Amino acid sequence: MDKILVLLHTEPDGTLGRAAMESLGVAASLGAYEIAISGAGSAAAAGKVGAALCVQGDEFAVPRSSTDAAAAEALVRASAATLVLAPGTSRWSRALPMAAARLNGVIDTHIVGLETGPETAGDSIQLKRWFYRQRIEGTVARTRRPWIVLIEPGAFPAVDGPVARTPVETRVVVVEATPRTTVLGTVSESAGEQTIRPDAELLFVAGAGWTKKQKDGQVHIADAAERIQSFVHKAKCSLGSSKSLVDQAGEGEAILPFLTHLHQVGQTGSTPRHKKGLATCCHGEEPHVVGWRFINERRAVNLDASCGWARGKADVLYVADAFEVMRELNALLD
Amino acid sequence: MPYQIIVCGGLAPDPLQTLEPVMGAGGPALKNEMMLPAVFDPWAAHALFEAAHLAKQHAGSTIRVITLAPKAKLQQVMMTVAQKLPFELIPIDGPGGGFTDAVEVSEVLAATISGIAGLDKSQLLLFGGWESATRGAGCVIPMVAARLGIEDCFLAVDELKIEDGALVIKERVEGGLHQVSRCAGPPAALAWATGNLPEPANHPQTGMANMRAMMPALQRAKAAGLKGEGFAVTEARLPAQQRQTQIVKDKPAAEIARELLEWIKG
Repeated sequence: MDKILVLLHTEPDGTLGRAAMESLGVAASLGAYEIAISGAGSAAAAGKVGAALCVQGDEFAVPRSSTDAAAAEALVRASAATLVLAPGTSRWSRALPMAAARLNGVIDTHIVGLETGPETAGDSIQLKRWFYRQRIEGTVARTRRPWIVLIEPGAFPAVDGPVARTPVETRVVVVEATPRTTVLGTVSESAGEQTIRPDAELLFVAGAGWTKKQKDGQVHIADAAERIQSFVHKAKCSLGSSKSLVDQAGEGEAILPFLTHLHQVGQTGSTPRHKKGLATCCHGEEPHVVGWRFINERRAVNLDASCGWARGKADVLYVADAFEVMRELNALLD
Repeated sequence: MPYQIIVCGGLAPDPLQTLEPVMGAGGPALKNEMMLPAVFDPWAAHALFEAAHLAKQHAGSTIRVITLAPKAKLQQVMMTVAQKLPFELIPIDGPGGGFTDAVEVSEVLAATISGIAGLDKSQLLLFGGWESATRGAGCVIPMVAARLGIEDCFLAVDELKIEDGALVIKERVEGGLHQVSRCAGPPAALAWATGNLPEPANHPQTGMANMRAMMPALQRAKAAGLKGEGFAVTEARLPAQQRQTQIVKDKPAAEIARELLEWIKG
């Protein structure tokens, strides 16, 4: 039977994020587990969730490979865990593979499902993940330990409210670190436009059709930009785009200046998880299907009733001019 | 300061190909895998273009590309990639599909890099894609870095600038933001996202010069000998994704907008 450790990091404000609470939810479904925490304010967070171990210190407050990997390695060693569950945040995705290598262990990432056999919990764990950019789903099993498992954010329900656990005394694990990297902060590149906001209910995807000639034979970039930006602001949704639209910038074609590769969904972009998705002027099949794999309710607006992407993939396809529909929709949102 | 840049990158099926998994005795594979047209992995390609850009700015820099893939297929792909920029290919013959173990692949890559004669870690920059278009695990470069004793690793990198010998790096993090870090210098590992560089134009002379060295390297390629011990992909299948799409035609835009608003707010 595996000894399970939930390895968490705090957010910059010292709280535990949603992804951390989802990992706790997964652990609770497996049976007994310990918690270990690193990051800013880790001691306080450890007290709140009954963590057995934590790493403290200013060096460990910011996301950085050298310090995070050292902290994670020390916490796993201190716990002697054989199965480590952790949220697949950018911070742990960077550091935990390094920790796995140093522990001579193994790691699996982007886990969206977890099954245990009828035997003792932990002995027959099988993990579900996607291969080939969300085009093939598969199941993975391992016998080598320690086994670090990065849980894909949004794939599991989070535990609600405070975690009810027997209070334990938190042991502070001392880790020496002399980082060569200084974290200077974060910047937003997209001129005030949000890209993929995990907390938004709706993902709005703009396709290349927005930059093509319209009924009057002219291209209407300014109108397209105004309608898209206006909708994103009013609906407070995530903004995604197709690869073809983003790539146009490098091909010398008319572009929507606020779209970057960070907005791209699909095989070479992100695969966001939102409750609802609205695609406009998108064409083509597989890239969009892949990008929309985890969108529950999908609607599309475009002029092609036989669009290969929309048929069989969207719940509703409105065969209409997206310029007109979005103008009306923006007016209703005022 | 010259850099010794090592780019790790594999092959991926052409993104426009339909992929179908088949289960065999040794686990899953893609149907007609060896027949599928392949490309150099998109993110590794970005890393390679960034390496070329950096090497151009720093005289004396070298670029080596380490690829674990079936060598016959690798030779085909290199006919195109070799035309982009000058580099040395270090091929490893082995399965390059998505169902191999990222941990084992990282061990093979790290061992190969450690065996390179004349490698100076004080100049070493380990590049690669942040994920592959096959396995998509996003953990190979950090594991290779750890096995090589590199502590500074950056994931989903979009920009690298050299400022007074220091590496100033932008990494993608949650919420559409970039984290900006300043690393004192090599050795460092950078797993690239898309970056900002366009694909270099083909240069046939560079391709011919590259291929003169690549062909013997491909013939000498060592077998990776991936055993997959303690690792199994027990199931692989296409997702059931067909939906009953309701096609709405001839409806006024205002009415569609009202319907969409109800749906968004519902």
